[in-house]
Amino acid sequence: MSEIAPFLEASVRTATPLLIAAVGENISERGGVINIGLEGCIIAGAYAAFATGSASAGAGYSAAVLAGVAVGILLVIFVVLLGRDQIIVGTALTMLALGVTGTLFRARGETLAVVPTLAAAPITVVAVALVPLSWWWLTRTHAGLALRAIGDAPSAARAAGIRVRLVQSCAVIFGAALGGLAGGSLVLAQAGSFAEGMSAGRGFIAIAIVALGRWRPWGVAAASLVFGAAMALQFVVQALGWRVRYELVLMIPYLLTLIALGAFGRGSAPAMLGRPLPDD
Amino acid sequence: MTQPRAAPPALDARRIVKRFGSITALDGVDLTVRAGSVHALLGENGAGKTTLMRAAYGLLPIDAGAFVLSGHEMRHHTVRDAMHAGVGMVHQHLSLVPALSAAENLVLGRAGLYRPTAARARVARLAEASGLHVAPDALVRDLSIVERQRLEILKALARDARLLILDEPTAVLAPTEIDDLLQWIRRFVAVGGSVVLVTHKLREALAVADDVTILRRGRVVYAGVARQSSETDLARAMFGDDVARAAAAPRATPGDVSVRARGVSVRDAAGVVRVREASFDMRGGEIIGVAAVEGSGHRNLLRALAGIERVAGGSLTLPPRIAHIPADRLAEAIIADLSLVENVALHGLDSRRGLMRWHDVEGHTVSLMQRFGISAAGPGARARTLSGGNQQRLVIARELDRDVDLLVADNPTRGLDLSATAFVHEQLRAAAARGAAVVVHSSDVDEVLSLATRVLVVFHGEVREVGMAREEVGRAMLGAA
Amino acid sequence: MIVAAAASLAAIDVGQAFDAFWRGSFGTASAFFSGTLVRAIPLTIIGTGIAVAFRAGALNIGAEGQLLAGAVAATVVGLHAPGNAAVTVILALAAAAIAGGAWAGVAAMLRARFGVLEVISTIMLNFVAANLVSYLVRGPLQEPTRIYPQTEAVAIGARLPRLSMETRLHAGVFIAIAAAVAAWWVLTRTAAGFRLRAVGASATAARVAGRVDTERVVATALIASGALAGLAGGVEISGVTYALFENLSPGYGFSAIAVAVLARLHPLAVPIAAVLFGGLETGALGMQRDAGIPSVIASVFEAVVILLVIAGGGGALRRLARTPRRAAAVADAAA
Repeated sequence: MSEIAPFLEASVRTATPLLIAAVGENISERGGVINIGLEGCIIAGAYAAFATGSASAGAGYSAAVLAGVAVGILLVIFVVLLGRDQIIVGTALTMLALGVTGTLFRARGETLAVVPTLAAAPITVVAVALVPLSWWWLTRTHAGLALRAIGDAPSAARAAGIRVRLVQSCAVIFGAALGGLAGGSLVLAQAGSFAEGMSAGRGFIAIAIVALGRWRPWGVAAASLVFGAAMALQFVVQALGWRVRYELVLMIPYLLTLIALGAFGRGSAPAMLGRPLPDD
Repeated sequence: MTQPRAAPPALDARRIVKRFGSITALDGVDLTVRAGSVHALLGENGAGKTTLMRAAYGLLPIDAGAFVLSGHEMRHHTVRDAMHAGVGMVHQHLSLVPALSAAENLVLGRAGLYRPTAARARVARLAEASGLHVAPDALVRDLSIVERQRLEILKALARDARLLILDEPTAVLAPTEIDDLLQWIRRFVAVGGSVVLVTHKLREALAVADDVTILRRGRVVYAGVARQSSETDLARAMFGDDVARAAAAPRATPGDVSVRARGVSVRDAAGVVRVREASFDMRGGEIIGVAAVEGSGHRNLLRALAGIERVAGGSLTLPPRIAHIPADRLAEAIIADLSLVENVALHGLDSRRGLMRWHDVEGHTVSLMQRFGISAAGPGARARTLSGGNQQRLVIARELDRDVDLLVADNPTRGLDLSATAFVHEQLRAAAARGAAVVVHSSDVDEVLSLATRVLVVFHGEVREVGMAREEVGRAMLGAA
Repeated sequence: MIVAAAASLAAIDVGQAFDAFWRGSFGTASAFFSGTLVRAIPLTIIGTGIAVAFRAGALNIGAEGQLLAGAVAATVVGLHAPGNAAVTVILALAAAAIAGGAWAGVAAMLRARFGVLEVISTIMLNFVAANLVSYLVRGPLQEPTRIYPQTEAVAIGARLPRLSMETRLHAGVFIAIAAAVAAWWVLTRTAAGFRLRAVGASATAARVAGRVDTERVVATALIASGALAGLAGGVEISGVTYALFENLSPGYGFSAIAVAVLARLHPLAVPIAAVLFGGLETGALGMQRDAGIPSVIASVFEAVVILLVIAGGGGALRRLARTPRRAAAVADAAA
């Protein structure tokens, strides 16, 4: 019984970066853009937080957000403005971010230890607060309405006078910023240091979470918790004394993603998801 | 009846000229909509009705002439200008967002916070004032076509429109729904509004309009008061002289039944029934002309005959060898980025096995190019580099080069010049002479009549055979008796 | 230029860096034959597969996992199948291709039955494969002394011969060239290959004008591309490492995407692009060894190449986004 509490605590902690990234990705996808570069946003944010986090948590998180924004701007240029394929561009951005962060990290050499537990609680509060906030923004502001219209029927949105490209760009950059923030929380509130590729597919899991949560903030929150628990299993498996091989436990979140996506598929995705905007 | 003469016209179009490249869509069109009246704007597809109204609404720029909207003269105006002048347009292809609710669609495009209660109240107020009711919280994708149309009208009314332009509003409505709408139009006009009803349906126009204007090939061919005009006068004006062109096709002795349809229904991708319980036979050697206006369901019928769309009800027996000339050339018939040779090889691709004999296909393509007059840099040229006319020749060449049991052609001469058109007609007749059942649709009724040995008319999903007289066909296309 | 900019960030002598890069990649015979070309082999095989998949409109980002699946299969065969030389290595490579194809087949099935984006499923499968390898080399397949997380070396009969005593270049180079040529031949000379190209160019026209079963073609392309990636994994085991361990692939699955994109999806151009990128990565290792610049900078370059080529647009790279059937049907209805 005494294993439950630490497991729950670990689940919440692991779920936090997933939730932050997923809320941001949800905003982007409601506008029709799928950000395969989210993994890149996370690792970029993680490195930025690592590089500046010794000054203060605030500096670390700010740098993380900016790193995510940088990736988001690239995505906007290639996808929204130039109309290139969302998925290939996203893949390239993830490769780019992984490569740049890996290079910079190895060139630095030293490691930095940041005490995680102090910074953990505030960021989790932020993560949780993002859920009702994003729900409110999507359903109770005209800007959110406009974004939802763009993701469903951009011609109708344009006919209503909405500046489609502008709104879509802002949504993408916001999603990328949150991705960066999620990466920052990985370093500042969880691991305490940086390792190459430490994002470990969280960006893609976040994309799956959005689909499982049916592109609704509360669904996304629930799915994030489930995946957080799946990822947290690796920490408690030894404590629980289970006779399961560690590596097999590590597989669980990814298998879970596959099964969940298979069972719940694409359901009610925004109609324009992944498709370029129609010509004016 | 209508407002006293002293009130300025709700809409005045003066000598409007509009060109699209080398095509003159509007050639000096005049139109006057009296304040407080219903004005029916009639014409065949392509006559220019929608173009004229889109220009009036500020969606299209014009090349010459001017509009006067509620007393203000406008030449290069935007949609916002038109809206400020009290003009609202309900489009043929609705501009609503399916995933949002009715209330959300109504207020789309504003700024700041969105308050559901206030929006709902707004919808209720408008519904009360106009008599058009829509559930405010229902998602548009769950609304019926009628409800969506009501919402579109409410959107226009929400912006204080005094002149409503309705573009083919009854195209997808059932008879009772049409009656409701027409009654509503008269009520709207009775309290001071004006309506332009763009339609091809004669009966409705006469049932509700005060004034009638008919466009044909971009020109006004008739302008008069509705109660002084008869259906015959209007039909004649719309279709030209009533001398039925003699069919030039030799009547070949019909062969065996090639296609058998019994109670066939076809639904479109959204699940709406587009063809209702059609029954007919088609025999080898016949040329069956399909006459219909946009939105009648004829497209779905033709796709079902080509074997592309599934039949939702009834039974449809098709022969083994089918050739298909689709309506949307660039999307469905050819692949622009591939070469002519590769496009020719598309035919029957699903059943090809083993190696591609490109050498043979190339030789075949060269021969097709000669016989069908396809002008291109060479067989290896990309299909994208061909003109529209030559692309269509390529499609026809590919499909018609072999013996088939059934040929389905949807607007095969669209975009072709006279000599190419004549050639296509020749090919269609030759295919029939070789024993195929040929089904051809064209938006040009004359062309259909010149080719066909029998005519089927599709109106609102109902398929029936009519005699080969021009006026009879025309009236059936419009739903007249 | 990018490399120079990044290098200046780390305050490194640029001249020394380039010198180390050149010597490490193309400048010396040993570097070229034992380093660059050896890396170019898996890049060619995988790159060919990715080009084939992309040409059909299937976005296979899971080559990394498919490679590992193939490597596992080849290792298992190599450890347990004695027998004369030629048969064993052929069996091992065949098993590798089948395993890779099956690994991609999971993604193909999820796409066909449930409309799951193959981008996500193939990436998830990458992680599953990596963890599976970790498990195997620390568990069932671990070498007998149980000290190192790797397998025993595979039997001599399961190894690809080297071309000469002085070089690490092995017979896999012929397999790589054969794969690229075979892919080109299939794409241009067979009906199946033409079907694949047609579906990738315009699924609608292929379906209407050619009556092609587009979903089946896409699934086949995905599986074929997985088989090639698996084969590459088998080739790495049989020709280079002779044993399975973690981090077997230095990101070949992703570098191959850059290779395929740079080759503009043309199979005959893939080997050339593969040599370029093989040189890039080997040279980067040289830079790290002699000039202290992290070798992972190579993947930065590769990503930039993808972006630049994509920005140019056009050709076979046009319109690569393929939404699975259900979503596409909904969109067609709205059109």
